[in-house]
Amino acid sequence: MKVYFDHNATTPLHPEVKKEMIAGMEMFGNPSSMHAYGREARANVEHARAQVANFIGAKENEIIFVGSGSEANNTVLSLFVCSSSQCIPGSRRSTIITTKIEHPCVLETAECLAHRGVKVKYLAVDRYGKIDLDQLASLLNDNVGLVSVMMANNEIGTLQDIETITKMVHESGAYMHTDAVQAVGKVPVDVRELGVDFLTISAHKIYGPKGVGALFVKQGIPYCPLIRGGHQERGRRAGTENTLGILGMARAVEMRMVEMPEEEERLHTLKQVLQKGIEERIDDISINGHPTDSLASTLNVSFTGVEGEAILLYLDLEGIAVSTGSACASGSLDPSHVLLATGVDAELAHGSIRFSMGRETTLQEVEYLLDVLPRVIKQIRNMSTAYIKGGLHATSR
Amino acid sequence: MLQAGEWAYSETLKEHFMNPKNILQGENTDDFDGVGMEGNLQCGDQMMVVIKVDKAKDTITDCQWKTYGCASAIASTSVLSEMVKGRTLDAAFHISPKEVAQELGGLPDHKIHCSVLGDKALRAAINNYYTRNGQEDKVKQELVKVVCQCMNITDHDIEDAVLEGARTYFELQERTKCGTVCGQCKEETEVLLEKFKHIHFGA
Ligand SMILES: Cc1ncc(COP(=O)(O)O)c(C=O)c1O
Ligand code: FES
Repeated sequence: MKVYFDHNATTPLHPEVKKEMIAGMEMFGNPSSMHAYGREARANVEHARAQVANFIGAKENEIIFVGSGSEANNTVLSLFVCSSSQCIPGSRRSTIITTKIEHPCVLETAECLAHRGVKVKYLAVDRYGKIDLDQLASLLNDNVGLVSVMMANNEIGTLQDIETITKMVHESGAYMHTDAVQAVGKVPVDVRELGVDFLTISAHKIYGPKGVGALFVKQGIPYCPLIRGGHQERGRRAGTENTLGILGMARAVEMRMVEMPEEEERLHTLKQVLQKGIEERIDDISINGHPTDSLASTLNVSFTGVEGEAILLYLDLEGIAVSTGSACASGSLDPSHVLLATGVDAELAHGSIRFSMGRETTLQEVEYLLDVLPRVIKQIRNMSTAYIKGGLHATSR
Repeated sequence: MLQAGEWAYSETLKEHFMNPKNILQGENTDDFDGVGMEGNLQCGDQMMVVIKVDKAKDTITDCQWKTYGCASAIASTSVLSEMVKGRTLDAAFHISPKEVAQELGGLPDHKIHCSVLGDKALRAAINNYYTRNGQEDKVKQELVKVVCQCMNITDHDIEDAVLEGARTYFELQERTKCGTVCGQCKEETEVLLEKFKHIHFGA
């Protein structure tokens, strides 16, 4: 059996998206051209824009198509190194506030901005991954230009109260961005209700194609492009549009509108089955993330005494795809910054696995996972030093 | 289009990962003549190696292990346990991480650190055997010492960083990433920092 429990990494194309994109392959015109080929492409791009805007309660002119969620996030944060009076800081508000649990595309951009003179402050989170609103209140002042807080965390699924955060941020006169890559299409997102000024979407997390995303920029908010040199997207993002990707993204969004409402309930049940099954069948585990304010699709579990990559690869041999928070598997040696921020100790963070489900995940697949997982954990624990006498944390030095 | 399937690792490594050899069953090590343990769970890697020794010939007759770590860590301890059987203590003592990696059919660069603990644990087991058998004179110290297990930073790395300009713990961290994970190495690192500053700059 082959099962995919890594939907937060990416998702397969929705069959309807695939159909739309295959049909769309015939369309090759440049949306900027004035002839029939160009007009066809333009019409499709604008139709897609309307669909994406509609999905999040925005106006069409507030949607900028971009090359990825990462690009959208980079764009928003980078507004802060532009010294033009059109851009946000207006020299005075030169502090950015973000959180310790953002996606690396936010954290590393923030780090880079810090080297270029922007002050960056990082909000702490509690053991469930929620930011501390009191800390936010204490950091907000006249110097703060932008606050960027992700709506749903990719590793542990914790949801933040963006509406409340945005109100606080606006009262202090700063702008508000949320990276909603993991939230859009999974929980209801309406930019007017949230009140945000910037919001990031990525298509490949919601059964659309990779390499395309959208940035919502509220009308009237100062803006400065990251990619320059073209009039595309009304001068806000240069580069000939990824027409096929945009077409696919719009169809993906359309299908989300239809499927999302009933799906959340179903995934919620599956998550409970999975969590209960793990708790019943495996000792020495702990669940990460918020017990209720969390994505229905995402379950993050720490297993004592086993290292995450070993779990991932043994499961892979059984046809099960999961992900580790500990990044040994992805090339660095650090355990997950998200789990460490929630206070999980380094040892447990090394032994953490993210199970993320999606629209085609079935109860049968969850049961298969529950059959295999206890055996794999037992097998790894049997060869682990963590379970020998005096083994815990021992060194011979 | 290419098909999936190919691992980031060699076939040999995959084989050792799928069917690890010589895992120590249970927790009893009383039957063994030498026990060595290196690393710690906080850093994501810990290995224990136990050996049986033919005392007349000074050769290793059995080698078993436990490992907490990633696929490379598991496979490298497994392959090491096969390599040392029948070797003299002296020959086994000099097995390098490079030989282990070669035996595994190569390791990706960022995984080398995962394999270095196995041979260290083996040396600790051999030293432990010498100590137990009244041969303290044969105990050999490690030439380099890993200070930060998480990032695999040695005393030499710290000395280099000091020579390259690091003067504070923070600067040292920026250069080496030492102490950036579990933080338990901070005290030892700070002592070394002061020592090397003193040796090289009289500070
Ligand atoms: C929370 C979050 N933000 C941003 C991104 C980046 O999106 P993209 O892959 O489209 O660059 C991801 C995906 O990995 C994510 O999970
Ligand atoms: S030993 Fe863990 S950070 Fe250095």
